[in-house]
Amino acid sequence: MISNYLKLTWKVLLRHPFYTFITLFGITLTLTVLMVLTSFLDHLLGTHYPETKRDRSLYITRLVQKDTTHQGRNMGPMSFAFLKDYVKSLKTPENVGIATIFGFANTYVNGKRIKLNTKYTDADFWRVTEFDFVDGKPYTERNIDNGDHVAVITDDLRRQYFEDDEASVVGKFIDIESIKYRVIGVVKGSPVTRPYTYGDVYFPYTAPKSNYQDKGFRGRYLAIVLAKDKRDFPAIRTEYASNVGKIPLPQTDGGFTFHEMTTEANPYLEDFASVFLDGSRTTIVYSIIGFLMLMLMGLPAINLVNVNVSRIMERASEIGVRKAFGAPAKALLWQFIIENIFITLIGGMFALSLSFLIIQLINNSGWIPYADLTINFSVFAASIAVCLVFGLLSGVLPAYRMSKLKIVDALKS
Amino acid sequence: MLQLTNIDKTYRTSSVETLALNNINLNVKKGEFISVMGPSGCGKSTLLNIMGLLDEPTGGEISIDGSRVANYHDKELARLRNEKLGFIFQSFHLINDLSVLDNVEIPLLYRKTSAKVRRELAQEALEKVGLSNRMKHFPKQLSGGQKQRVAIARAIVGRPEIILADEPTGNLDSVMGNEILDILQKLNDDGATIVMVTHDDAMAQRTHRLVRLFDGTQVL
Repeated sequence: MISNYLKLTWKVLLRHPFYTFITLFGITLTLTVLMVLTSFLDHLLGTHYPETKRDRSLYITRLVQKDTTHQGRNMGPMSFAFLKDYVKSLKTPENVGIATIFGFANTYVNGKRIKLNTKYTDADFWRVTEFDFVDGKPYTERNIDNGDHVAVITDDLRRQYFEDDEASVVGKFIDIESIKYRVIGVVKGSPVTRPYTYGDVYFPYTAPKSNYQDKGFRGRYLAIVLAKDKRDFPAIRTEYASNVGKIPLPQTDGGFTFHEMTTEANPYLEDFASVFLDGSRTTIVYSIIGFLMLMLMGLPAINLVNVNVSRIMERASEIGVRKAFGAPAKALLWQFIIENIFITLIGGMFALSLSFLIIQLINNSGWIPYADLTINFSVFAASIAVCLVFGLLSGVLPAYRMSKLKIVDALKS
Repeated sequence: MLQLTNIDKTYRTSSVETLALNNINLNVKKGEFISVMGPSGCGKSTLLNIMGLLDEPTGGEISIDGSRVANYHDKELARLRNEKLGFIFQSFHLINDLSVLDNVEIPLLYRKTSAKVRRELAQEALEKVGLSNRMKHFPKQLSGGQKQRVAIARAIVGRPEIILADEPTGNLDSVMGNEILDILQKLNDDGATIVMVTHDDAMAQRTHRLVRLFDGTQVL
């Protein structure tokens, strides 16, 4: 019977190219948007290179200082000294890496300027992340203690600066802002969408212009706290809060007197969200994402219900015939649901192909350097589930209405 | 076999009430060939729809093989229509997207019949109406007479006890009409019980019994 339904579905699709186009266009567009968006969110927030330990990392990226009136507020990254005293000293984590937010510098090759994004880090930065060294190795505590002028560069910078993709450049020098740095390692770059690890060139924090010796609480540094296990997160957060709680208040920092200080160790999503929603929690973020997803899925689903009602209404006579020859309402309901799921899955296949093409286009376009968007298994499974939900949502209601149609009325249609 | 007792049918709108059938009593016996005649709008098709469980009477009782169907649910009524009744409509009501063979198979889809058996029975029914050479065709590729023969094949494929034909020759010319009636006659000779609505006296004369309606009332 199912093969009969599918055969009929196929013929109905061919019979009404316009309806078919509208239906498939709606499904394909919605699912494509959904899949590309999911893929982008996964790229942005998921655990990916070089932050492959993100799922067991906490990020300490901001310090908020407020005065008594709450009118005056100072917010931003911290100083190296602050992180050294209050984060590096944590006992619960496996490791703590410190790095600056990325800064800017210039270098020149044959008179041509190359704009660089720079980052100053400690040696543990290379341990809490998993950069792929295509040449050389990271700098060590010894390089840092010695104040060596060394640098880790990306493969892209190697190609631009040394104009060679293959040969080793370890030991060669790169001139940045009139200071010569010896290249110690070459890594595959991190996308700009991962700002805590993104950079073209990485220096030890003791290199010139790092400002690591600045006093005070605020500065350009952040910390990535790697837990032994994500179940340690609450303990780490408590320990960090306890460390920070020991700071006597009020204090004066850079001429600003503050009576209240807030800083938290957050998982990446929460940290990312707090940039947009100051002080809010992931519940709100999830609610907003959920609402947007619902709108993205719900509105086209309502549209599809309408298209399907028209499509099915047109077949009232067929329903009358089938009922006259013994089709129970339930059998007809299933017929139309199967038809709809079939159509939705066809739309899903189109959407999958289109999403794959768009993702390849984004990855290869260079809009996001080192972009690595993928349709992974979870995105694919979620998309298939969405297809089925769509099939049911847009099929059940019209199918139910039609299956309840009086035979004589259906035959007169 | 099929008994109608005191059947009434009233159509109601917010302002108008129309009595379509008034106190109809009819007993269809096994092997009978009955014609229902009367002027347009007298309730012939309504009567046939009620006999075929396609519509519900406002009053009265329908019994099939001695069982009253008044309290039957959708599933039980569907089973009765599937197993005991076969319909032939004036406008054929074939599904244009399905081939002739697939159209004829429709009643068997709602039985526990394998695809192979369905195919065999449908082919057999099409052979009976002389259309075995048109199985792969689609309704749009057929003439009116051929379409009605497909509709007859569909009505008989499940070997129902009663065939209900609503003006089966109404859309056909006299030659085609006679061919269709010949087929119905042959089916009746082979044991099928047939109730046929018709406007044509000549056709009615070829049946065993005539039921005549006027303004919803049985006058003969």
